[in-house]
Amino acid sequence: MIYSIPFYTVIILILVGMYAMIFRRNLIKMAIGLTIVESAVNLFLVTLGYREGGVAPIYTNLPSGIKIPEGMVLPVPQALTLTSIVIGVAILALMLSLSIMIYRHYGTLDSKKVRRLKE
Amino acid sequence: MTPVVRTIAALIFPFIIIFSFYVIMHGHLTPGGGFQGGAIGASAIVMLIVAYGARNVKKKAKEESLSIFESIGGLVFVIVGIIGFVAASSFLYNFLVGEPLFGTIPPFGSNPGILNSGGILPILNIAVGMKVIGGLASVVLVMALAGGDEE
Amino acid sequence: MRWVAFVVFAAFLLFAAYELHPFGEPDDSRMDDYIISNAQNETAANNAVTSVVFDYRGYDTLGEATVLFTAIAGALVVLRRVKK
Repeated sequence: MIYSIPFYTVIILILVGMYAMIFRRNLIKMAIGLTIVESAVNLFLVTLGYREGGVAPIYTNLPSGIKIPEGMVLPVPQALTLTSIVIGVAILALMLSLSIMIYRHYGTLDSKKVRRLKE
Repeated sequence: MTPVVRTIAALIFPFIIIFSFYVIMHGHLTPGGGFQGGAIGASAIVMLIVAYGARNVKKKAKEESLSIFESIGGLVFVIVGIIGFVAASSFLYNFLVGEPLFGTIPPFGSNPGILNSGGILPILNIAVGMKVIGGLASVVLVMALAGGDEE
Repeated sequence: MRWVAFVVFAAFLLFAAYELHPFGEPDDSRMDDYIISNAQNETAANNAVTSVVFDYRGYDTLGEATVLFTAIAGALVVLRRVKK
């Protein structure tokens, strides 16, 4: 239990983000919740590939005494996390632009009021 | 913003751009790469937007030209992939390993790092760096222009 | 109703964390061991993460670049100023 603290941190972050997405009606707050969930997923991917006492898989100026496959953390989850971060930024930009246009068109950011088509 | 902020921003802007290029060019040797260096370079442009206002930045760099910059990065990525398809066996094949340009194979294990290595990885790093700089800077510029008329 | 969904989701997450491997000991790492051992010879780069991003998983990076391009083009189209 005590050694799995990163996994429980991921769970707490996901629940905080899901709470913001389910129970809030402001579109900006929902976007913030989605970003928190995405950060939690990135943290989960990185912690999945961690090895006990591992160093980054980079050979430039590697400290001596590192066993080559066993002493390094796994590179593939880190690479996919890198991909995920950039996709998250792009999605955040698109969400915020749509929120700006919804606010201009309807004059509100409440998702219940936006549902009612005005014009 | 105040003249103090404007002066410091203009003074520190080239250093941030140079650091961004360093992170992009050493992506195959040190922690970093196209995405990270591109984010640093985009943050430099965002700093200019914050200090000088979006309209003054738009006189120097329109969002259309930033978007074209981004498209050039994507085009370089696809062209390098297709060259790998033609010159070697498969799409995005690392056809530069063993060639004089970027082709030095480093010795196994710990080494100080050779800049002239990596095959197609430095070229793809530059392409992705162009993509990220152009994309993020143009999005922030358009959002700042849509925000209002202050400054 | 939304509270029920929230609690069920939380229970699912706790059960999944209980069933996971302990932190710091990945279950199966043959692919990563191969990549760590052979990345220098196959891609001539010191940084194994960069060689995974651009060489072993180049298709993923191409798709990610497509997503970035599409999202930014969508944002530019949505926020394009209307001439008054």
